[in-house]
Amino acid sequence: MADDTRPLSVVARPTTDEIDRRNLDWYIDKVVQAVVFICGISAIVFVIGIFVFVTAEGFGFLVDTFDFAEFFGSPRWKPTSEYRTTYGILALIAGTASVTGLAMLVAIPFSLGAAIYIAEFATGKTRETLKVLVELLAAVPSVVWGFIGLTIMNPLIIKTFDVPVGLNVLNAGIILGLMAAPIMTSIAEDALKAVPDRYREAAEAMGATRWQLVFKVVLPAAKNGLLGAVLLGVGRGFGETMAVLMASGHSINLPDSIFDSVRALTATIAAELGETAVGSDHYRALFTIGIFLFIITFIINLTADLIVRGIRKG
Amino acid sequence: MAVDAGAPMRLAPGAETARPKVEVRNLAISYDGTPALVGVNLEIYENEIFGIIGPANSGKTSFLKALNRMDMFNAAMQVSGEINFDGRDIRQWRNVYALRGRIGVVFPLPVGLPMTVYDNVALSPRLSGQTNKAELNDIVERCLRRAALWDEVKDRLNSLGSLLSGGQQQRLTIARALSQEPDLLMLDEFSIAVDPVTTMRIEDVLKELRNEMTIILVTNLTQQARRLADRTAFFLTGSCVEIGETEALFTGQVEDSRTADYIAGRFG
Amino acid sequence: MFATTELNVRNSRRQALVQILFMLMTAVLILPVLIILATLIHKGGPAISFEFLFSEPTNGMTAGGIFPALVGTVWLVAVALLVSVPLGVAAAIYLSEFAPQNWFTRIINLAIINLAGVPSIVHALFGVGAFVLFFGFGTSILAASLTLAIMTLPVVIVATRESLQAVPLAFREACWNMGATRWQTIRRVVLPNAVSGILTGVILEVARTTGEPAPIMFTGAAFFLPFLPESVFDQTMALSLHLFVISTQVPGVPDELPYGVALVLIAMVLVMNPLSIAFRMYLRGKKKW
Repeated sequence: MADDTRPLSVVARPTTDEIDRRNLDWYIDKVVQAVVFICGISAIVFVIGIFVFVTAEGFGFLVDTFDFAEFFGSPRWKPTSEYRTTYGILALIAGTASVTGLAMLVAIPFSLGAAIYIAEFATGKTRETLKVLVELLAAVPSVVWGFIGLTIMNPLIIKTFDVPVGLNVLNAGIILGLMAAPIMTSIAEDALKAVPDRYREAAEAMGATRWQLVFKVVLPAAKNGLLGAVLLGVGRGFGETMAVLMASGHSINLPDSIFDSVRALTATIAAELGETAVGSDHYRALFTIGIFLFIITFIINLTADLIVRGIRKG
Repeated sequence: MAVDAGAPMRLAPGAETARPKVEVRNLAISYDGTPALVGVNLEIYENEIFGIIGPANSGKTSFLKALNRMDMFNAAMQVSGEINFDGRDIRQWRNVYALRGRIGVVFPLPVGLPMTVYDNVALSPRLSGQTNKAELNDIVERCLRRAALWDEVKDRLNSLGSLLSGGQQQRLTIARALSQEPDLLMLDEFSIAVDPVTTMRIEDVLKELRNEMTIILVTNLTQQARRLADRTAFFLTGSCVEIGETEALFTGQVEDSRTADYIAGRFG
Repeated sequence: MFATTELNVRNSRRQALVQILFMLMTAVLILPVLIILATLIHKGGPAISFEFLFSEPTNGMTAGGIFPALVGTVWLVAVALLVSVPLGVAAAIYLSEFAPQNWFTRIINLAIINLAGVPSIVHALFGVGAFVLFFGFGTSILAASLTLAIMTLPVVIVATRESLQAVPLAFREACWNMGATRWQTIRRVVLPNAVSGILTGVILEVARTTGEPAPIMFTGAAFFLPFLPESVFDQTMALSLHLFVISTQVPGVPDELPYGVALVLIAMVLVMNPLSIAFRMYLRGKKKW
């Protein structure tokens, strides 16, 4: 019971002017707003910064040496040739594309399958455990994946397929696929979970079985999100450096089969930048590859985002 | 029912020497262009309980939100017109947080903050710089007592406020509003989450508090307005239909027949 | 209730089949990793010893331990965290608590997604161009850590933003109603309830920075440097780069050495993650609303 009836305030009430005063807390609040805004736009600053600085270092090459037809049309990457240096990245593009393509062949079915299983079939403890495992998978460092390609996959491929070299498209593709799969799985699972339950309930009310429900209702409803997951996986594979460098064999080739060694765009930079002099043509050419990589991943990520956001709005 | 038999004597509106605590001129509120409240003009005097009654969606809650300048946090909410608090337009206040600090609010859905019961009530004094432990203890106990919650929580001041029952959280919210030592206390259908016995206890407290502050009581229980309010406004579908002495309204001295119909329970 | 019809039997059989198929696909994804883990433990386990962890590499890196690399990794990760955690948390606060829903915020979000998608080697190029050369930090821990910090900033921002947004709006409104400023509300009500998410982001970041040699190999990490760094302007060895170097660049390294390094690396990451998961579950158990 309200037995304490002392007034809450015993002093005379302050005037409006005394109350309505900008105090320390008011100013702190303003300062914090300004600071977090600056931090908030830092991501924009960094993305622009990356483009500007990488372009600045590669600019000399673009102006002096760059030959569009040679750069994109020639498979000869010979930046240190004594007779005639050529800067053709066709073979490197082929290397990146073949490895990424194979990786997606591995990763897409399995990660989507795993996502469907986790989101639609698994329940309770199994589901939680699987999610934790997938999360752990995503955390395995790229250099460890490369090491696995080098030491475990390499002899395995030589033995299984009776080929002379085990560091090739197949090796890097599988490694990259296993790397990209966990991320794709969790994004795809999010997309499946975003399908409203009322769709499922409506289908179940009509007597659909689980798998009918998944194939006829959930997958079509989540298709944009799943496409986004695949695109982000492509982006991941495309940009991966160390694992590809270690597992692909790193030799310049237009691959004929999955047992050919190849060299990726990213790996070329990683392997050669340390040996070039700052400002040399070779050094600038590597930065030009960097610009190319930046633009491609920018487009991939932008597209993925537009697709994923498309469904959220609709 | 004997209305307010033991309550302090009523101050006749207009008889105050002081200016109105709150003065509203041509207030209009809309959400994304859809009007929620239009053309409200009224004054609320110091130390009165001002009742607002009306059916759902009549703009009562929007009115309170505008008074507290909650439109700052909702981009969809547009407020036009003039609201003066202590003689100063609330949009002219240099420190809007100080303005909110003078106004205590209790909304219908109780919100116990995810901290201990003690910290819930001590939050407001702490925000304004109070660190003295004894003072804080004193404020916490006093506010909890007034909100008729002390006896139930005095042994578990360190348990989470957000885990109390709905009715207890509602009283915690009231205690928190009181801990601001506000000039103006706004209650929005506070009794929804509270049992009838507790409601009566809180009503008793409100009668006492009238000596210290101005109270705006939005209620869906017309009889509650009759028990407590000095003057009452009737809101209907986004406009203020009528304002009058509570007793007058409830004894049929109305200008608009809809007011009488609502009070008599013929709709709403 | 209903009679079992031919159709029902067929459907339920097909359903069981489909379910098993998806289960197998999940297993294919997870099993190799368990096998790999077992191999690493089997082959690298014998290499791990007190001496291995706490002594320098010797004999042209074909013998000895990994101490300088271990210390270097701690330096790199710590400095990167010092930069990216405050920056990322502040950015997440802006996006969750202040940013209006407009085109500009949209652009910030796009920038974050793109920053996360830029290949690590391009981050390395940026680090060389910006920190090593333009700002003149040289190849140093500072340059390498800044590069790492920018690379992992999106991880911190996204994890923190999600956990901030999980705090119900009603708590903020209750606090604003009492006259708290926005910052007081964030500090006293929002942030304390978002700690677990922030921690998750930090741990993910540690995992990423620990195992990624590409951004540091030209900005501050050295192949071989048997001294411990003394300041952020020194170069240092790092575990991730060390693994790359001894498994590809140095001939005659006994097998168990790189396996040991790989095991240490993966252990650091795999111990971190369950820790974060356990911590999250602990906090969820104490769920406050």
